[in-house]
Amino acid sequence: MKRRSLLSGVAALPLFSIVGRHSALGADPIKIGLLEDISGDLAMMGLPKLHGSLLAVEEINGKGGIMGREIKLTHLDPQGDNARYQEFARRLLQRDKVDVLIGGITSASREAIRPIVDRMNALYFYTNQYEGGVCDGNMISVGAVPEQQLSTLIPWMVEKYGKRVYTIAADYNFGHLSAEWGRTILKPLNGQIVGEEFIPLGVSQFAQTIQNIQNAKPDWLYMLNVGAAQDSFFEQASAAGLHLPMGSPIKIMLGFEHKRFAPPALENMHASANWFEELDTPAANDFKKRWHAKYPKEPYINDMGYNAYVALYMYKMLVEGAKSTKKDAIRKVIDKGGACIDAPEGEICIDPKSQHTSHHMRLISVDAQHHVHVDKDFGTIQPYWLGQVGCDLTKFDPKEQFSPDHLPKKM
Amino acid sequence: MFADLFAYFYQFADVFAFLVLSAAGLAVIFGMMGIINMAHGEFIMCGAYATTFAYHAGLPLPLAQACGAIVAGVIGIILEAVLIRPFYSRPLDSLLITWGLSLVVTQGTLIVLGSSMPGIGTPSGGFHIGEYGFSTYRMILFAAALCVLGFIYLLFKRTRFGVHARATMQNAGMAQALGVRRNRIYALTFGVGAALAGLCGALYAPTMTLIPTMGATFIVESFVTVVVGGANVLLGTAPAAVALAITRTALNGLYGQVFGQIGLLLAVVLIIRVLPEGFSGWLAKRAS
Repeated sequence: MKRRSLLSGVAALPLFSIVGRHSALGADPIKIGLLEDISGDLAMMGLPKLHGSLLAVEEINGKGGIMGREIKLTHLDPQGDNARYQEFARRLLQRDKVDVLIGGITSASREAIRPIVDRMNALYFYTNQYEGGVCDGNMISVGAVPEQQLSTLIPWMVEKYGKRVYTIAADYNFGHLSAEWGRTILKPLNGQIVGEEFIPLGVSQFAQTIQNIQNAKPDWLYMLNVGAAQDSFFEQASAAGLHLPMGSPIKIMLGFEHKRFAPPALENMHASANWFEELDTPAANDFKKRWHAKYPKEPYINDMGYNAYVALYMYKMLVEGAKSTKKDAIRKVIDKGGACIDAPEGEICIDPKSQHTSHHMRLISVDAQHHVHVDKDFGTIQPYWLGQVGCDLTKFDPKEQFSPDHLPKKM
Repeated sequence: MFADLFAYFYQFADVFAFLVLSAAGLAVIFGMMGIINMAHGEFIMCGAYATTFAYHAGLPLPLAQACGAIVAGVIGIILEAVLIRPFYSRPLDSLLITWGLSLVVTQGTLIVLGSSMPGIGTPSGGFHIGEYGFSTYRMILFAAALCVLGFIYLLFKRTRFGVHARATMQNAGMAQALGVRRNRIYALTFGVGAALAGLCGALYAPTMTLIPTMGATFIVESFVTVVVGGANVLLGTAPAAVALAITRTALNGLYGQVFGQIGLLLAVVLIIRVLPEGFSGWLAKRAS
């Protein structure tokens, strides 16, 4: 079925597969270290990320590299294991001396390697949407954050479906922090959390949760369940006749559940996305064409894969602006403002205060046949929250993760 | 009132079915044959994948599920002859070889079939009692769990094959001397275990995400049930599943899934401490 795309994934399996062409490009190559899970439970999401990175490297090297220097990409597969993330991050930074580190899927893996990045004073791109709040001068975040996803999605859901909300979240840092964000955003809207459940990762049986929901009678479900096992919720809820509207920052464009489950399990799911494969603009279509030409059997180009692709162009723009791969020179480019690139979603820029990325956000939903519709176009939204609460990396670098309940001390 | 009572029963039935179905294959292979089968989850995955293929090829769901169980069973018989047979007297090595098998199968499936597969979709059909909606399919799973328990009991207690199998597991040399074809019994028994694991995958395939590592979801529950059940799987599996299901259902309902899972594991520790030979050891002692 998906043999061809997988074989190309397999080609990257040996720990030190080096991607890049023997071209006539001058000077030393720019070394990029990539950590993406392409085996284990997260393989489904890690493979598109690897593909996105490989596609961008191929395109950039084909057009002369970065400042005439070829990109040499070293990909390691941590297999969803945080201890391996740490081991491999050390290996890439210390032994291979890569110029930049990219990757990581879960927030747990990001927080596992961030201290290592900080100690080595290296530059790191995190390419997923996440719960936000990391104020760290060594990290550039490419994915969407709560003020882009949740501050758009939750008020819209409250207006359309009602104020009674039931939260189902994975029991680890992403789930807890995103649930906290939900409470924070719902409060001024007079929203009410009628139930909140944290589910251990790996749990696949939801009869009790479904019954609790039926008891609580919410207007809609705030879904923060993570991983293939927990995704079984949709099938089981649908079979039990629980057809409530759902909203989530990680479904549809990230986990492509609407492609994996038989309709109508995902009916009435809503999400706020900066990228989804169904996005129909000339730039997006051109990007999809190039992707499918290289990976014809890709089941879905998810937002993680898209962000991974964009991250390399962002790095190229920064290095060319700085005329150096040194972290301090690159950060000066960000500090000046106007560190922008033309991405398939439109122009996106790195915010100097938080080193997070602005995104063009759209509210999407899934119908009973699992077709994706765009319900609202929010335009470009800045990653404003960290700057608002006092994170300003141009002045001070706390290297900490903040949340609505854990704000930076006023300086 | 009735609605609430039924809701409790439904929750219990759901957990019970999951424990019994995930443990049945392992009860035969680990409980009876003594092979610590670390590839149990992969037999389950195999059943689920075969079911999905058969369903997408146009078979009706029940037939597709039968296919899933049969495919897993046949693969089990082949693997027993090729891989497992030299390891009957070496339980720790059998652990290693089945673990290796599990890694190879998981990664092989990922490479050959991709990181995920489009699902089947749970057969629609549900019913309402009071304010609660229930899925009929979950009740079918409960019935299937009861059938599996009955099937294991009848197969090993009431058939010639069952007598031969139990004799072989107790004393292979003696059984052979009495004319039992030892290798065939081993292969068939292993095949039955693998087919039961495949059946578990086949039955849960419509309700779950299909990925190569899906078998891991069942592993903890299956080992826990078999260990609590004790050496005699005909006697132990059912009471073990009942006890664990009651514990988990109560804690799930009162404190949520996190405590349900913690409670399940604590209950296992306690039961093993009090009844070192599991439920079957305790029942056998009371009987004698």
